[in-house]
Amino acid sequence: MTAPLVRVDDLVKHYPGPRAWLGLGKPRGTVRAVDGVTFAIPAAKTLGLVGESGSGKTTVARTLLRLTEPTAGTFRLGDDDVFTLQPAPLRRLRRRMQIVFQDPYSSLNPRMTVRQTLAEPLVIHELVPKPERDGRVAALLEEVGLDRDLADHYPHELSGGQRQRVGIARALSVEPQFLVCDEPVSALDVSVQAQVLNLLADLQRTRRLTYLFIAHDLAVVKHIADEVAVMYLGRIVERAPATTVYRDPRHPYTKSLLSAVPVPDPDAQRQRIVLEGDVPSPAHPPSGCPFHPRCPHPMKNDRCRTEIPVLRPVAAGQVAACHFAEHPMP
Amino acid sequence: MPDPLLRVRDLRTYFVTDQGGGTARAVDGVSFDLLPGETLGLVGESGCGKTVTSLSILRLIPEPPGHVRPGSVIEFEGRDLLTLPPRQLRAIRGNRIAMIFQEPMTSLNPVLTIGDQVAEAAIVHQRLTRAAARARAIDMLRQVGIPEPAERVDHYPHQLSGGMRQRVMIAMALICRPQILIADEPTTALDVTIQAQILELLRRLQQQLGMAVLLITHDLGVVAGSADRVVVMYAGQVVETAPTRALFASPGHPYTEGLMASIPRLDRPRERLHSIPGAVPAATAWPTGCRFHPRCPYAWDKCRTEAPPLLETGQSGQQARCWLVTEPARRAARVAS
Repeated sequence: MTAPLVRVDDLVKHYPGPRAWLGLGKPRGTVRAVDGVTFAIPAAKTLGLVGESGSGKTTVARTLLRLTEPTAGTFRLGDDDVFTLQPAPLRRLRRRMQIVFQDPYSSLNPRMTVRQTLAEPLVIHELVPKPERDGRVAALLEEVGLDRDLADHYPHELSGGQRQRVGIARALSVEPQFLVCDEPVSALDVSVQAQVLNLLADLQRTRRLTYLFIAHDLAVVKHIADEVAVMYLGRIVERAPATTVYRDPRHPYTKSLLSAVPVPDPDAQRQRIVLEGDVPSPAHPPSGCPFHPRCPHPMKNDRCRTEIPVLRPVAAGQVAACHFAEHPMP
Repeated sequence: MPDPLLRVRDLRTYFVTDQGGGTARAVDGVSFDLLPGETLGLVGESGCGKTVTSLSILRLIPEPPGHVRPGSVIEFEGRDLLTLPPRQLRAIRGNRIAMIFQEPMTSLNPVLTIGDQVAEAAIVHQRLTRAAARARAIDMLRQVGIPEPAERVDHYPHQLSGGMRQRVMIAMALICRPQILIADEPTTALDVTIQAQILELLRRLQQQLGMAVLLITHDLGVVAGSADRVVVMYAGQVVETAPTRALFASPGHPYTEGLMASIPRLDRPRERLHSIPGAVPAATAWPTGCRFHPRCPYAWDKCRTEAPPLLETGQSGQQARCWLVTEPARRAARVAS
């Protein structure tokens, strides 16, 4: 087996808790947004990172790109230790990792034309001499399925799908190896969502891109991911090859998430697990297994309330953090 | 078939835009019936007119820039809501016909307790005393599954999670026991496990109260699990209407078919997704002929010039606004190739 392109070990990101005294006092406690996340992604493959709001998946993305500084942990991209890089080498490394954001409305500068947006990274990283820039912009637009005439338009003149394509083209302009896609299709209508998912799949093949694909929608992830990691309250609770996760989930949370996804088939006979309660606040995580207050597993017991289950192998390529992973829920 | 509770006929809601675009025909001749006790799914992508339709029913369209064109009819219990004097309309709105919205945070007043907000409709419409309304509000909060309702009644919206806020919205809407609930994307802003809770709650309350629900959503998965019948909108028009099972078994309109094929599915093996080329056109410039023809894989000359009416497909209760209904061989030939 070749070494993975992306290796993340024990990533931690804590934020200071809310402050008393109108925000002037000492912070109370710690918000454990990401609390020990480990994964690896082989080159040209996709890891789907799934979770609900507050699970920490976006914080993972932001710390990997050093848009916010991690509290602890390591991230190796190829041979580089990203979290220890000084500003100058970090700047050079940013060419190799890029991000596509969820909201194509707020992630493009409204006062820049598409051409300016796409040319800016080429200028900053001194990649393409000026006379060749227009040609490169046109080629990028074509690659993401946009008409080259759109180069002189402003974002407000584009549809949501077109804007997201511009966001992807901007990320691709510096020829990255690793692309973090943070809910890239959540804001799009379903017909356009399919176009963008297909585009991302095509680009991965032609450019041999490695994706960290973050989404709350397990059905979307199924169409793009080779491996899936499920997050809950800052931790990965299950990680497995995509086919395994959907066929044989071992963590009760994964199973509940899967059963909650509405299936577009009125005759689907499904046993619905409706979880009670909300995701607890990462400022006050429950004791023991973080999922225990909502867990529907029939074998749940005192151990779940006191002992944090470790992520451990349960089947080929599959790890789960549940004391009862050998006894998956019926 | 029972008499409809709500009859919408030829609803046209237009907006006058500043930016040289002219008139946006957001809703352009929409007709449908809502039957007592049923859940009717109103489905479509952004910009197809489904929210404007729902706001028009309760006359919540801001005028200007919007206006409902003369000739439109929204009939509830034999009266046209569009011509009703404001006083009589207010006696219906929030009382007999209630509405919940997508964003529970922006739809709740941040400076009033949830108890005050839930009780308000009971005080206004049913003339309950403050104490009686508060007791009713607590009971309603219990019915929508809010734990410790007697304490929560004095909380403010920011103290609640998104799912709990949506439960408060539902309690507000249902406190007067309306005959019709209009739910506009009630679960779109929620996480999937919370969405499942809210859909379950709406189903249970609908059975208890016997109300009809107009469920507006872009999610065909939600529709499949909740609706009895479906109305599919595209470009300001109804393009298909059918019982839910018939719609999913054999969609009559190519747009419905394309939408279904675009959905990433848990219950199917991984495969390349079908996608509908292009995007929904602008409401200021709907295409000529069939409004879907520029994106339709089956379109031929007739579709570019002649606008199809809603046609009976032959399946019970199903209509589609598509010339293919009259020439099914074209679809078969296209599918075969």
